[in-house]
Amino acid sequence: MASAPTVEPTRRDMLFIATGAAAVVGTGAAIWPFISQMNPDASTLALASTEVDISSISEGGILTVKWRGKPVFVRHRTKKEIDDAAAAKVDTLPDPQTDSARVKKPEWLVVVGVCTHLGCVPLGNQGSFSGWFCPCHGSDYDTSGRIRSGPAPRNLEVPAYSFISDTKIQIG
Amino acid sequence: MSGQSTYVPSSAIGRWFESRLPIMGLMHSSFVAYPVPRNLNYWWTFGAILSFMLVAQIVTGIVLAMHYTPHVDFAFNSVEHIMRDVNWGWLIRYTHANGASMFFVAVYLHMLRGLYYGSYKAPREVLWILGVIIYLLMMATGFMGYVLPWGQMSFWGATVITNLFSAIPLVGDAITTWLWGGYSVDNPTLNRFFSLHYLLPFMIAAVVGLHVWALHVVGQNNPAGVEVKNVERDTIPFTPYATLKDAFGLVCFLIFYAWFVFYTPNFLGHADNYIEANPLVTPAHIVPEWYYLPFYAILRAIPSKLGGVVAMFGAIAILAFLPWLDTSRVKSAAFRPVYKVFFWVFVMACLGLGYLGSQPPDGGYVIAARILTAYYFGFFIIIMPLLGLFEKTKPVPATIADAILAKNGAAAQSHS
Repeated sequence: MASAPTVEPTRRDMLFIATGAAAVVGTGAAIWPFISQMNPDASTLALASTEVDISSISEGGILTVKWRGKPVFVRHRTKKEIDDAAAAKVDTLPDPQTDSARVKKPEWLVVVGVCTHLGCVPLGNQGSFSGWFCPCHGSDYDTSGRIRSGPAPRNLEVPAYSFISDTKIQIG
Repeated sequence: MSGQSTYVPSSAIGRWFESRLPIMGLMHSSFVAYPVPRNLNYWWTFGAILSFMLVAQIVTGIVLAMHYTPHVDFAFNSVEHIMRDVNWGWLIRYTHANGASMFFVAVYLHMLRGLYYGSYKAPREVLWILGVIIYLLMMATGFMGYVLPWGQMSFWGATVITNLFSAIPLVGDAITTWLWGGYSVDNPTLNRFFSLHYLLPFMIAAVVGLHVWALHVVGQNNPAGVEVKNVERDTIPFTPYATLKDAFGLVCFLIFYAWFVFYTPNFLGHADNYIEANPLVTPAHIVPEWYYLPFYAILRAIPSKLGGVVAMFGAIAILAFLPWLDTSRVKSAAFRPVYKVFFWVFVMACLGLGYLGSQPPDGGYVIAARILTAYYFGFFIIIMPLLGLFEKTKPVPATIADAILAKNGAAAQSHS
């Protein structure tokens, strides 16, 4: 091959770059389905919402239901529990949030029952704040599901939900 | 072969690593500096195409195993789940199912290339036999893979093929029961087939490693069928020449493959396999996958249970003896005018057997299958040994360089 230095791009340069670009785009397009297939499939997405009848939960009771494979706590709070939650000084909390921002109706608290530390399921009506206590590493949640002490960084997550009627909610 | 790599890593870290594990040097000497004969044609790109297909089947297969359930109650539905629910599942399954067919297309062309150019002859006997072993493993893998969707063809194909072993005298029934893990093809059978279908491709990969190793010891055969005598004159480096030729061959092959996947994904399958397995009803006409059809025709051509099974396995086993059945001193059919004719008749006979294997086993079809079966074995047992003794071959070029000059004449000389 001639080795005279050329400043102008040659046809060969053009073909080389075009082929390389097509190969890169083609490889990317071929790889994408193999990554995407590990995401939730249509049958999993179809189960992404669930309806719960809350009429059977008496005051002070907690119902645990499964939503997206995880426990969700539906807590029928007593007057005292509501007052305790409202009385907490928000700006001293590790994850500041008012109780009213976490509920749609004060007597009903709906939270995902997964500790925000490392994913264990906390125990209800236990711990220093009588909310939840996580037995794995000692995270203490109040009656609003907010983290008060222990290693967990955030409050128990409030899932998207809505009241279909006074006795029925839809989670997700 | 000479042409050893003189690879020296350019970076200090590279040199540090290379003195401890010379893997880059191995890659360089195997796939960059490796000298390939100058005269290789596109039939020599199927080795690279087959390597790609093995990787593609393993990758798509691992993904399918993430979504498939190997249980008689769930297998069929889990395949439909892959087709309908899993993101891109339809693409991955069609790529895998058609990939099996494409793998066999490529391996048959690769084998016929070897048969035509005498690639099985000394010093490549071990290389060839390793290839026969890979082919056998491929057939076992393909068969067990076809059982997994648990459709009617899966079930009855599995029943028929496992029953082949019942033809063995004395222990046949015990072996069949052992293969099944029961008294018929059932859940234990499906479970073990899934396990083995996952295992065998990795065994294939291991034997492919030996196959490539053996290839790199003796060097590639070539269309002239003469060995490399002068590395300078007769060979070119693997990279970029063979790399790019293989890449181009692969792209053309992928277009062919993609056409099946995207335009007619079920053409090579059988509609009955979309009916869930029913152990109480056999479909009217059982046919294996197309790549087994010639052997299926041989099985049915012999009017004896044991005889048919022996002939069918013998048709594959005989390939391993090819290096010693062919007595000709000339490798390439390019210089064997009579062998060339018998070769193409052999190709026709294989295609004919394939057609007959897909037809019902009665009347003229059976007679035709018997004639072609006779030719199939006669080609190896009679024609190959005798032709080497009596055929008048054309003059063989002394070197690969001479072969190229003889073909391209003075035009080639002006380049050097």
